[in-house]
Amino acid sequence: MVKYILKKFLSMFVSLFVLASATFFLMKIIPGDPFLKEKAIPEKIKEHLFAMYGLDQPVWKQYLMYLNNLLHGDLGMSMKQQYMSVGRIIKDSFIYSAQIGLFAVIVSLAAGLILGIIAALNHRKWLDSVTIIIAVLGVSIPNFLAASILQYVLGSKLQWLNVSGLNDPTDFIMPVLALSFLPAAFIARLTRSTMLEVLSADYIKTARAKGLSGRIILVRHALRNAILPVVTYIGPMTANIITGSVVVEQIFGIGGIGKYFVQSITNRDYTLIMGLTLFYGIILMAARFVTDVAYGFVDPRIKLTRGGGKG
Amino acid sequence: MKDQSFTPDQFTKLGNDKKSSEPVVRESISAWKDAWQRLSSNKIAMLSLIILLLVSLMAIIGPHISGQDFQTNHLKEKNLSPSGTYWFGTDDLGRDLFSRTWMGAGISLQVGLYAALADLALGVIIGGIMGYFGGRVDEILNRFCEILYSIPSMLIIILLIVIMSPSMFTIVLALSITGWISMAWIVRGQIIQLKNQEYVMAAQALGANTARILFRHLIPNAMGPIIVTLTLTVPSAIFAEAFLSFLGLGVQSPAASLGTMINDAIKAWTLYPWRMIFPAAVISITMLCFNIFGDGLRDALDPKMKK
Repeated sequence: MVKYILKKFLSMFVSLFVLASATFFLMKIIPGDPFLKEKAIPEKIKEHLFAMYGLDQPVWKQYLMYLNNLLHGDLGMSMKQQYMSVGRIIKDSFIYSAQIGLFAVIVSLAAGLILGIIAALNHRKWLDSVTIIIAVLGVSIPNFLAASILQYVLGSKLQWLNVSGLNDPTDFIMPVLALSFLPAAFIARLTRSTMLEVLSADYIKTARAKGLSGRIILVRHALRNAILPVVTYIGPMTANIITGSVVVEQIFGIGGIGKYFVQSITNRDYTLIMGLTLFYGIILMAARFVTDVAYGFVDPRIKLTRGGGKG
Repeated sequence: MKDQSFTPDQFTKLGNDKKSSEPVVRESISAWKDAWQRLSSNKIAMLSLIILLLVSLMAIIGPHISGQDFQTNHLKEKNLSPSGTYWFGTDDLGRDLFSRTWMGAGISLQVGLYAALADLALGVIIGGIMGYFGGRVDEILNRFCEILYSIPSMLIIILLIVIMSPSMFTIVLALSITGWISMAWIVRGQIIQLKNQEYVMAAQALGANTARILFRHLIPNAMGPIIVTLTLTVPSAIFAEAFLSFLGLGVQSPAASLGTMINDAIKAWTLYPWRMIFPAAVISITMLCFNIFGDGLRDALDPKMKK
């Protein structure tokens, strides 16, 4: 087990290194310099700016400097946000993204699991059909559409909730709902299909034959096995929620990381793009690492398989 | 040992006596026919297919039937609601939304289609190589795929488009750079599973070369899961393009995809809801139909995977 975790950790580190290097060199390919679009600046100031960002050094030296800074947790300075450091921007904005993201994870898991279980227990009845419809709609409606509809109906028309901002506790409702729609639909579908499979398995029949009550069978035998595929979905779910949060934060005017990410792209603020890409990369890879480890704990069979990879 | 030889008169001709052979109860059907029968009995999937064909047809002829060009600005007729002249209304530059919506649908579908085809080409070649050769080659390629796969694809896609400046070509390129890996893994899994089957050994014994075995025997038999993955790649590519449009990295004006249209409309959509509703409806219906049809196809082509 320790070896398995260690291996996964190492591979996460390798991936992060590749991502960091890829971002660095991709940003170096872009022709021109980051200050090209601004008003003509005197040569002297430009030199000073170049020296400040280390752009006057040869590329390999910049690369080493960049890696060294990364190891110390320094993501550099933003080039457009009034010379704030990237670390500072992340520190200030992450709290909002983290809050809605975390709530969205909880809501998706709860809603998805409950819907999936209800559907499986009522196989081929109307509750099952309703769940399938919700699940298919969830993966078919783009999240910016879901967010806009929510904002229009609950915010503008009915005026139950504030259209934007994140000041009241009720302000969390719409962004979190919009974010959880897709993952919840996916989890519901996943849970339903594995529950159906598990419920017809022999050990469930055995449990029933032993005279165990329905609830014990459900919780101790069925659910435990049905939850396995959901665990593997933690990684992709994090990715979904992060890309979703970029959209949702923009629509509901929340000053989270996603909003800065969009801004950095429209402003071509390279250091900020690099920094936020890496930050997102770290979260996503950490989520994948957690998934791998959790899977190793939940599924005892994983110990027998050698190495990672698919198929 | 006595030399044994046969002469023709030792043989008697037996007629094609149908009574003595085992009676054929049912007409024999090929795997494809079987799959088609299963698919065509799935009414919702067939309905989705019909709607998809209609959307594709409209994407081709739609921009030409309203008599309004998709990119001509009518600056005096901005943000008009749907009417006899402008069936879906006009946008903030007075462009006809009917033509634009179907043009956008065409571009979105093309992005999805090209991305899926690029995934297919790369995935089948690399997955085929991995699965067929196995051993060292497989191990090295697999390691490479794992590293590439572990990097969050959306981030790489965004970075690539920021660098290459957005266009349909760069979007498809960026999507397929990260997209082929899962296809390669599926092909690899299929090939490994199939290559130990007897008919491959028979082909080898008959002297078929590697390319023939790969393309004539292994790939056609691995087709089922590949087609299903392909069908489900299209909507996820359309989704990805819509997300990129939201970042301002979608197809650039005057061309438009459904994603860019929705993104343009979102800013003022409480005032001009029709600018949002039509492209949003088309994209949602298309995605829905692709997902349902993909599921139906999976059930039909691979009964083992049926849930």
